[in-house]
Amino acid sequence: MQKSGLITRRRAIVTGLAAAGGLLFTRLPESLPTTHGNLLRMGDAFTYAAQRVLLPSRSLVKEYTRGDITSFPATGTVDPGALDKPGLSDVYRGLQHAAFADWRLPVEGKVGTPRTFSLAELKALPARTQVTRHTCEEGWTAIGEWTGVPLRTVLDAAGILPTARFVVFHSYDDWVDSIDLLDALHPQTILAYGMNGRDLPLAHGAPLRLRVERQIGYKSMKYLRRIVVTDEFDDGGAKGNIQNGWAWYTGI
Amino acid sequence: MDQVTRASGRPVDPHARWVRVIHWLAAASVLTLACSGFAILMVHPRLYWGQVGNDLTPPLLELPISRNHQHGGWTAPQPFFAGGPDGPVTASRTYDIFNQNGWARSLHFLAAWWLVLPGVVYLLAGLGSGHFRAHLWPRAGDLGPRQVWQDVTAHLRFRIPPAVGGPDYGVLQKCAYTAVVFIVAPLMVLTGLAMSPAVTAAYPVLLQVSGGYQSARTVHFFSSLALVLFVLAHVVMVVASGFTRQIRGMTVGR
Repeated sequence: MQKSGLITRRRAIVTGLAAAGGLLFTRLPESLPTTHGNLLRMGDAFTYAAQRVLLPSRSLVKEYTRGDITSFPATGTVDPGALDKPGLSDVYRGLQHAAFADWRLPVEGKVGTPRTFSLAELKALPARTQVTRHTCEEGWTAIGEWTGVPLRTVLDAAGILPTARFVVFHSYDDWVDSIDLLDALHPQTILAYGMNGRDLPLAHGAPLRLRVERQIGYKSMKYLRRIVVTDEFDDGGAKGNIQNGWAWYTGI
Repeated sequence: MDQVTRASGRPVDPHARWVRVIHWLAAASVLTLACSGFAILMVHPRLYWGQVGNDLTPPLLELPISRNHQHGGWTAPQPFFAGGPDGPVTASRTYDIFNQNGWARSLHFLAAWWLVLPGVVYLLAGLGSGHFRAHLWPRAGDLGPRQVWQDVTAHLRFRIPPAVGGPDYGVLQKCAYTAVVFIVAPLMVLTGLAMSPAVTAAYPVLLQVSGGYQSARTVHFFSSLALVLFVLAHVVMVVASGFTRQIRGMTVGR
């Protein structure tokens, strides 16, 4: 008896799973975060790949109303001018003294036209206001209203190159962090200059902070200083999360 | 070959190999999850209900489990709006908190994968092979008030029948395993996912069902407590019913 032509239940299941696996495989990120041989960082990279493969890329976080705004602790750096970072703390104090009139944000790297934005120029761009829940890795949450310019608008103004894959952020508290292009171009990823209807307070990242709503709070970097678009993954070295023992991707 | 038999004379049904492998994978994972979960809780040992909870809002419960417990390291609260101090406020932390989440969170999620992936295999194999039906689920006849009462009093008097090295479970034992596999473990996974900003962006229903991020966190904690109590009772029963026999049954399968 020639049985090879039959579609058995087992064959149907195996073929179906293989087809589904093949489709999902195409959603794997091109480059994964560095692990430096650390098992925990490998687990983080697995979670990153799994979430990118399994979750819809454009889903939006829940937005609340103004009446839902809650008390909001300020943690981590709450005043970069009070730190002892040569070339940063003193510069920040000077900028703060002049109400950030001289503050500038360079957007460079893999872009067609490197640009530098003043706070007034950012505020002149189309703004987005969103009331969202901040989820801290420590376990607390808070709801705040953020006003800013979508990161996508700023990246488009500089014209990111087709090879661009990551956006790297440098801060005045001497931190370097990055997000992939899926999060960078997400409609709720904004460069916020306003909180709860006022200018961003000092303790919450004045004059400009990032909001990455689909990740844990520490990805929403405060006190932005510089943005660099890259085509390769950059873990920020000694100033980044990975080499300091923290996960780079924190969708969970 | 000697046929191992129960007191009733029926041959013993040994633990299947896939049950033994997954049992130990799950055991390693649950132990790791419990330890890393405790380290995560130590960073913010306050539990809340609803979407929001932080050091500037009242907790449901505070656990005295780290130096972060009731720490007073905050600047004076500043109101966000003209309404005054009754409205939302902000304050800056002035206290160097205990925080080991760099490794604790990543280890927790690594161990969670280590539980979820074998767990899916276990559920599929358990349904497909008839393992759940034959061994785990209490039969309708088991649940009569007289049988349950007998098993309860036997446990209370600590009269534990000697182990046979395979599944021939009592009614309370079946109820405990069924509750862990089909209620507590799925609840832990779902409340865990309800704390993920990326997962809840895609599936906001997780937040609606759990009542919010902080409710999910609180339920996650109490479910973990139930799971830890189960593991303790499980180990006590393994020792009481014949440690060597039970370990042999769950490792080499004889």
